[in-house]
Amino acid sequence: MTDARPFPAAARESLADSQLRHNLAVATTTIRARRAAVVGEVADWEGLRRRGAAVKAYSLEHLDELLEQLEASVTATGGVVHWAADAAAARRIVTGLVAATGAEEVLKVKSLTTDEIDLNAGLAAAGVAALETDLAELVVQLAGDRPSHIVVPAIHKNRAEIRDLFARTIGPADLTDSPAELAAAARAFLRRRFLAGGVTISGANFAAAESGAICVVESEGNGRMCLTLASTLITVMGIEKVVPRLTDLAALLALLPRSATGERLNPYTSLWTGVHPGDGPQSFHLVLLDNGRSRVLADRVGRDALRCIRCAACLNVCPVYERAGGGAYGTTYPGPIGAILEPQRDSLERRGSLPFASSLCGACAEVCPVGIDIPRLLVHLRGAEVDRKRGRPLEGRTERTAMAILARAFSGRRRYEAAQRLGRGGDRLARARGAALRDALMGPWTRSRELPVAPDQTFREWWRERAGEDDRGRS
Amino acid sequence: MAVALFVTCLVDTLFPACGQATVRLLERLGVEVDFPAKQTCCGQMHLNSGYAPEAAGLAARLAAAFADAEAVVTPSASCAAMVRESYPRLAERIPDRGAAAAMAALPARTYELTEFLVDVLGVEDVGAYYPHRVTYHPSCHGLRGLRVGDRPLRLLRRVRGLELVELGDAEQCCGFGGTFAVKNADTSAAMLTDKATAVLATGAQVCTALDSSCLMHIGGGLRRARSGVDVVHLAEILAATDAHPVPSR
Repeated sequence: MTDARPFPAAARESLADSQLRHNLAVATTTIRARRAAVVGEVADWEGLRRRGAAVKAYSLEHLDELLEQLEASVTATGGVVHWAADAAAARRIVTGLVAATGAEEVLKVKSLTTDEIDLNAGLAAAGVAALETDLAELVVQLAGDRPSHIVVPAIHKNRAEIRDLFARTIGPADLTDSPAELAAAARAFLRRRFLAGGVTISGANFAAAESGAICVVESEGNGRMCLTLASTLITVMGIEKVVPRLTDLAALLALLPRSATGERLNPYTSLWTGVHPGDGPQSFHLVLLDNGRSRVLADRVGRDALRCIRCAACLNVCPVYERAGGGAYGTTYPGPIGAILEPQRDSLERRGSLPFASSLCGACAEVCPVGIDIPRLLVHLRGAEVDRKRGRPLEGRTERTAMAILARAFSGRRRYEAAQRLGRGGDRLARARGAALRDALMGPWTRSRELPVAPDQTFREWWRERAGEDDRGRS
Repeated sequence: MAVALFVTCLVDTLFPACGQATVRLLERLGVEVDFPAKQTCCGQMHLNSGYAPEAAGLAARLAAAFADAEAVVTPSASCAAMVRESYPRLAERIPDRGAAAAMAALPARTYELTEFLVDVLGVEDVGAYYPHRVTYHPSCHGLRGLRVGDRPLRLLRRVRGLELVELGDAEQCCGFGGTFAVKNADTSAAMLTDKATAVLATGAQVCTALDSSCLMHIGGGLRRARSGVDVVHLAEILAATDAHPVPSR
């Protein structure tokens, strides 16, 4: 399901896909502008951000108590709570619950958490077909593709591509690429499945510990159909989604739609508490998923990544994401948030290239609705990855040696000035001997840029000459 | 008023004209400039590449070099942001109390050049003459790190002869990002192409910025494309006068 190639290799391939590049540029530019417009309307956006950040930070500090409180409230209102330490445990729990109902098909509400645990494959192995009901997730599923964006999973596809796909799979062959026709084709395909009222599997955006209320946020109403018409509802939720009280959602539900899709109010916000006889699902299971989150929580700096409310604003403003696309990250959560979450939640061994997939331009931190200092976390995780390799003599040795030499050269005035002279000599030599030597040393730079020419005189040489005395400023 | 110049290792080694211009400009405005020769590198490359212990050592060194300075001025938004954002945290890694205190105290006395001109000296018209069509790239660390805002533009608008043209998608990163440009060379090049395209679309002869690092990157792309557009640090533009125009390169 996920791709373990290092980011630079995967990005090299996606950067060459002109359709992907065009689709992403158009889509991210549009969402960026919409977000900026509706955020600009809020009188005290910064205050709202601080409130959102405080709710999430408090919840993470008290996660153990809140989860136990949530378990008690869900149980008291007729739900059943299951604890899953990892993806395999979660798949086992969910497939067992589905098998107990005898269902051979289940409906999925858009959920990253179930992508994270590769649930559809787990269900398929148990003979159960999982159908994605979010329009974009359906597109991705029908295409045998992977989601490439947190909020807009099919952002890499355009209308014409979706028309071809639908005409081949679910729709009439004479379908046009008008959005209304495409939506109608999906509706005709999905609606009768909603009405069958079987098993629904969802994720969760938030859960209130005090009341046991679960919240799912979506735009189409397909999620609402599944959540209300199902006889059995199974919700898989990352443990970091819990907040103390329902009132804490006020700030988060104001921040999320404006940040995510540039909407003032989210179109379909579903909230439910346990089971109510004669109304909605008569069987409700909540699967609380760790899958690496406790490990993230243990890092006092890195844990801020768990504040994320999955708005994807950081993806939409990221120049790296906009060009390389979500697929290049190879993870369920792409973009800047993925680059700080996945190396921790999964592992540095598998995702160690991601913290380096950023120019540290800071655009992500500016838009994050819960104030995650993403560049700081990227640098923190770069340090963790370098430290991991310090213990392995054969990994990353060239870079480590270069950095040690540079640190040494910068560690004293005389060494530094000698290094400057050496560098100038090297530059002259490389220029005299032609491009081969230069490209061998600086290939990744010189493939697309000229190198600067080392000047005849450094600044400090000029300063000394100007002062007319060799020792000026020496200390 | 006396200031100590934090020239940065990049300007010292590869772009001395920027450092010289900073000195000429400040002296023209009546500021006495000192250059503590003990300074080397602020440690940003090491920190951002994941080598925090090495960065902390370099930071302690730089802070010691400027321990006596009343005000520190640098022609680099990126290195100023490094001092301001990271020195207090890096100080926690330094066992020597005095050295750590010097690191924690440096941010409050450190100014990026345009901050110093506009906020401390209170000047916008620095008496410069630069008869060229110029576009300004707001580097990420100036824009989002230091939040210098329109200070550079206010200074540029008062330069005689200068025609300022707005850069499209100006707030987009040029793709440099230190070792990012080498480790993720393809993605970096894609970002650079878009920045260079935006620069060319302005019809400007010169692209300027607060950072020689970004200009090295943008200029490297513009020269590779044989575009004929030059990159010039803002300090060089502000230092240029009738009598002493920017030397051509």
